[in-house]
Amino acid sequence: MAKIKIPPVLRPSVGGEKEVQAGGGDVEAVLRALAEQHPATESQLFGADGQLNRYVNVYLNDEDVRVLGGLQTPVSESDTLVILPAMAGGAA
Amino acid sequence: MSPSGAEVIRRIRSQIDEVDPSEVKAVLSETGDASAPVLLDVRESDEWDGGHVPGAKHIPRGYLESRVEGIVGADRSRRVIVYCASGQRSALAANTLKELLGYENVASMNGGITLWKDRGYAVETPVTLTREQRDRYSRHLLLPEIGLEGQTKLLNAKVLLLGAGGLGAPTALYLAAAGVGTLGIVDDDVVEVSNLQRQVIHTTDRVGMTKVDSAEAAIKGLNPDVQVVKHHTRMNAANIVEIIEGYDVIVDGVDNFPTRYLLNDATVRLGIPVVSASILGFDGQLSVFKPYDGPCYRCLYPVPPPAELAPSCGANGVVGVLPGTMGLLQATEVIKLVVGIGEPLVGRLLLYEALGATFTELKVRRDPDCPICSREPAEIRDDELGVFPDYEAFCAAAG
Repeated sequence: MAKIKIPPVLRPSVGGEKEVQAGGGDVEAVLRALAEQHPATESQLFGADGQLNRYVNVYLNDEDVRVLGGLQTPVSESDTLVILPAMAGGAA
Repeated sequence: MSPSGAEVIRRIRSQIDEVDPSEVKAVLSETGDASAPVLLDVRESDEWDGGHVPGAKHIPRGYLESRVEGIVGADRSRRVIVYCASGQRSALAANTLKELLGYENVASMNGGITLWKDRGYAVETPVTLTREQRDRYSRHLLLPEIGLEGQTKLLNAKVLLLGAGGLGAPTALYLAAAGVGTLGIVDDDVVEVSNLQRQVIHTTDRVGMTKVDSAEAAIKGLNPDVQVVKHHTRMNAANIVEIIEGYDVIVDGVDNFPTRYLLNDATVRLGIPVVSASILGFDGQLSVFKPYDGPCYRCLYPVPPPAELAPSCGANGVVGVLPGTMGLLQATEVIKLVVGIGEPLVGRLLLYEALGATFTELKVRRDPDCPICSREPAEIRDDELGVFPDYEAFCAAAG
């Protein structure tokens, strides 16, 4: 099972956890497994076309999956996925 | 009978390698990388201030043993050429470097800077600090990485802070303390009691005052060297270029996506690096966007999230110390950029999660198809700055 780091905005959708585990052979399978365990995350991760939403960055360990093999990038048990939507809080 | 001082100097000079200023001038063109020869001025500070060989490093002879590794490095085979006023003190210093510290490739410049000047070679006169400034910045001056040269850069630097709020407050205080000569502040708010849990530049008795005035009062109280430029306005596409032009570094702590994209596009066009941070709850993000050296904000986040995933549209909770942590990481990056030291956080995104006390570093790549930074600055038109689909409508819908 790969480790998935959950950003603050998605934590309410996974019961408040900062980190969850999900199994799968590639990035898409792991994210689909996450969406299955926590259905509220699905529409936040995937668009109607089944693609990863463009405003969500996903990193395999420290590298953006878009510069690896995208959703088909292989994931091993010891890997960590980081889900990262943009944040803008600051001055307020 | 013990030898006289003059005899000791004569003996040492006969034992060390001495080079002519013309040879020194020839090797100076090699300076730059870590293995290039180092030219070391061992005179006193007031002599150095009176003029020195361009590119030389300064260690007064009394500090030679304690500071030389910080300047020359631990590599004992590196070529080191020492000079003073006439070649005597430098001979003694060269002898110390060779005999006591084991530097193998040391020479003293014959005739010192006096002969150098007689030959008509260039001399550089540094900006001098007042006695009060020497005292105030003494802990910077002691650092080989900053020193007088770095402090001078800080005093000449112009840094713009977007917001005197959670992130801007600690950043402004520390940059003012560090002696950044000009601090611009853009903020159209007034100080409220609820700000004081984290916006440490403001005070209870300044509630109701504009944030730019309150910040100025704090900065002036801390360091009269700093000139504060107040922009009591909200930045928008019409005024951004006028506001940011001329600044060396911009510190971004704005609370909304439209302004972040606008800022990104304008700074890419003007070639100004942005030290960007954002915070939410117990989480923070930090990166440095240095146009054309690394990715820009649009390379990292090509599209803003919809309103339900963008809680910055409304008011949200934040633990009060978090903007302090992130703001001071920003201030650190600003100092590195201004002085030109270290490895700025370009092409890297740092995530901090306070409850778990974890830092995560991610790589950020330049997007070859980036709508902004894949093009030449001159090609980016005014009407393209900050443009993206219907975002303000999203925020309005989120209330």
